[in-house]
Amino acid sequence: MGLVKYIAVRALMIIPTVLILYTLVFVILRVLPGNPVLAALGTKNIPEEQLKALMSELGLDKPLIQQYFEYLINFTRGDMGKSMVVRGRPIASDIIDKLPATLELSIWAILFSLIIGVGLGYIGARVQNPYVKTIVRLMGSIVFVIFIPALGLSLQLVFSRYLGVLPTGGRLSVTMGFKPITGIYTLDALLQLNIQAFFDALKHLVLPAFTLGLVISGPYMRLTLNNMEEIMESKIIEAYRARGIRDSRLLRHAFRHVLVPITTYTGLQFSLLMGGAVLTETTFNWPGIGTYLVDKVMYRDYTAIQAVIIIFAIIVGLTSLIVDVLYALIDPRVRY
Amino acid sequence: MEVLIVNDLWVKYYTMSGVVEAVSGVSFRLREKEMLAIVGESGSGKSTLGFSILNMVPKPGKIVNGQILLEGTDILKLHPHEIRKIRGSKISMIFQDPFTTLDPLRKIVDQFGEFLVEHGVEKSKVNTIVREYLEAVGLPERIMYSYPHQLSGGQKQRVSIAMAIALNPRVVVADEPTTALDVVVQKQIMDLIDAIKEKYGTSIILITHDLALALERANSVMVMYGGYIMEYADKTELYDNMKHPYTKALFEALPRVMCKTLPKSLPGNPPDLRRPPPGCIFHPRCEFATEKCRIEKPRLREVSKNHLVACHYAGEIL
Amino acid sequence: MMSLNSSSIYIAFKNRYVLTGLIIILIFVFMAVFADFIAPYSPVEYVGPPLQPPSREYIMGTDNLGRDIFSRIVYGSRIMLTIVAIAVAISGAVGTILGLISGYIGGILDRLLSFTMDSIYAFPSLILAISLSVALGPSPINAAIAIALVYIPTYFRMIRGQVLSIKNETYIEIARALGLPSTRIVLRHILPHVTKTLMVVFSMNSADAILTEAALSFMGLTVQPPTPDWGFDLYKGRGFVLAGMWWIMLFPGLCIILLAVGFALISEGISTLITTRKR
Repeated sequence: MGLVKYIAVRALMIIPTVLILYTLVFVILRVLPGNPVLAALGTKNIPEEQLKALMSELGLDKPLIQQYFEYLINFTRGDMGKSMVVRGRPIASDIIDKLPATLELSIWAILFSLIIGVGLGYIGARVQNPYVKTIVRLMGSIVFVIFIPALGLSLQLVFSRYLGVLPTGGRLSVTMGFKPITGIYTLDALLQLNIQAFFDALKHLVLPAFTLGLVISGPYMRLTLNNMEEIMESKIIEAYRARGIRDSRLLRHAFRHVLVPITTYTGLQFSLLMGGAVLTETTFNWPGIGTYLVDKVMYRDYTAIQAVIIIFAIIVGLTSLIVDVLYALIDPRVRY
Repeated sequence: MEVLIVNDLWVKYYTMSGVVEAVSGVSFRLREKEMLAIVGESGSGKSTLGFSILNMVPKPGKIVNGQILLEGTDILKLHPHEIRKIRGSKISMIFQDPFTTLDPLRKIVDQFGEFLVEHGVEKSKVNTIVREYLEAVGLPERIMYSYPHQLSGGQKQRVSIAMAIALNPRVVVADEPTTALDVVVQKQIMDLIDAIKEKYGTSIILITHDLALALERANSVMVMYGGYIMEYADKTELYDNMKHPYTKALFEALPRVMCKTLPKSLPGNPPDLRRPPPGCIFHPRCEFATEKCRIEKPRLREVSKNHLVACHYAGEIL
Repeated sequence: MMSLNSSSIYIAFKNRYVLTGLIIILIFVFMAVFADFIAPYSPVEYVGPPLQPPSREYIMGTDNLGRDIFSRIVYGSRIMLTIVAIAVAISGAVGTILGLISGYIGGILDRLLSFTMDSIYAFPSLILAISLSVALGPSPINAAIAIALVYIPTYFRMIRGQVLSIKNETYIEIARALGLPSTRIVLRHILPHVTKTLMVVFSMNSADAILTEAALSFMGLTVQPPTPDWGFDLYKGRGFVLAGMWWIMLFPGLCIILLAVGFALISEGISTLITTRKR
């Protein structure tokens, strides 16, 4: 009943957040001193008229306020402006091209981090040895310090160079002759029942997704360990036990209670995941929006950077919306 | 005919800071349809005793000696698998706080149904039984599909009671079943427990800190202090002839209507059970304590028929 | 009783964390300060054959330009520590002041500030830091400013939350009733109560800042060659790593992680000390 309204209200709340970030980025990129075109061209030796022509082509000669609102209006129509560097190329099509790769990496990374984090946390909670618990707790709070390029390069060194079992970059072997539908290759391969392509995509995925997943898995370890221990000693489980419910079922019920904080955290860590994705993509030459951003950063392509940031803001907003809805579905006590 | 016999039960907690002697040599017999009240302050071992009866003493506690005979079988000798089957079906438990004992994430019918299925009830009969027992405790049928947070405290406790009696157990252990509830609801819940005892012929162990409640509802009363039985008698016998200074102190601490004097409180604190005092466990707080009490532990002895007291001076001082 | 005892074991353990963390950080600080005496060679000059594996002469090997990696690591700690120190100092100071003001005054100002800070906080900090340093132009000091700006909300949110919870305590109400000036109440009565939590956030944030600095360097947004910098060296060396020259990557990578571990350990240690005390 109230769920649809709840989702609608939460979705509307994304708008001010995105606006704030857009304004912030606009101020940083446009209002701060310095001519963006000169920076993009990387030279100051350019005739006055040519510069003016370029500025008007990109709409940079208009008053800032007008630029601010025009960009917003165009954005809602799906027009994210044109690249400053590769002249005339619409940024929207670039982003649509790159986004699925980042989504695929993120989804698998979350999957890996859940497996590693919840798995280790669960072991820590079940094993009675206090040293195991201390190690899991400590890992949980320091695993985030792993510098992604360092871990990524080490893994590449071992699995690609020395063992030769996994590729060093890219998303798919060229020999595959594979036609993507959604751009999320593992999903596409499954939809087309192309098992060979699925495993090929997975082979390319496993190192980047594991690297990113491991780095963000720490809080899952702590959450699982602490909540599992707490709930297993709670009155709820004691009452279940007094009713003669067998141990395997007790663990299952306890785990449901652990899912609640895990879901919340998944929403919170999404921004960490996105930041990590940029580094992971760079390290593994993963052709996603992160490498796109870094590429544009190298060429100081301001319009593209601005668009990417707004896209990230929208993604962050959407994820927190999805997580809130999931949370309401898991925990009946949440009112919406 | 006795349903439950507990013989010389000893329970200890092995904590890092020492061994806590929570229950020391407790024995009692529970007849059919009897309501036995176990009365004591917190730390008297009464709750531990309650959990022992389901062989469910929480870690790091351990039953170190004794027998718990349910209709002749010693449940302490049973395989964990067999004891699990007894819990909830032959001996069940009602907890103090219904707010924390029902799983907030699952509907009543799911929790109740799972419990029945785990004890071998056929899935097709589950809903009928749930409905029947919710009705028996005075709850409407629609509550089946509610989550615990949608119910009041009294309703939740009724759900717990419904589950506790659904498999027609021989013994129900009720651990402070009304403490967390409003006064009006308390009476309703106790009335319900009384009614169930009569209707299903269940024996009930009522664990409470409230001597007045025990004297009002129970058939027999056992007063515990520091893990030991202080006094154990039929209700009327106890009410008429209190023989132990501790029972008397508990009694005088009760607030009374139509009485001008204030209730007397018992000075001092319960004993540290890691280092129990020598001699009578109660002597540091006893106004009648003598040298003998400080040295020699009193035996639990029968002062008149079905009236046991653990005091050197039973019958002399009170 | 049991929890009491095991928690006292924990206290000892966690203190050990703090100690270990401090030692790690002090070693790096020592290295940065006395770089001129510790480094055996110049960090920017050709001192031997390129791409040599670790040996007695070059204990961490040499890079593709024949520079001594150990010397670059030693000098690289200067850039890292300077940037992180400046960044954390700025964001800590600005975030704390804004948080104190916003939480204490409340009203519309508080709402606006909080919403802005929350929006920035929810956004991937690394991505924001990248855009900021691009806009400001790549240089060590701009990188420090970019990192500082990104982490202001971290301090702001924590301080503001603490202020809100302390604000309504009796002793603050009494101080206000006595007519003490607001600045005095905030500085003398509120700030001291948030220092412990501030320490936790501060050390955790330093670990974050180290990783962000390394990431910015990895994208070429801090120093220009030939300045030694761990993240940048990692970036330049990555092509050689897959050719089997593991030492080019291993040592800068380890240093980044180790320094961040130092701060994370301190944060972990203090936070468990606080929670066990409360119990």
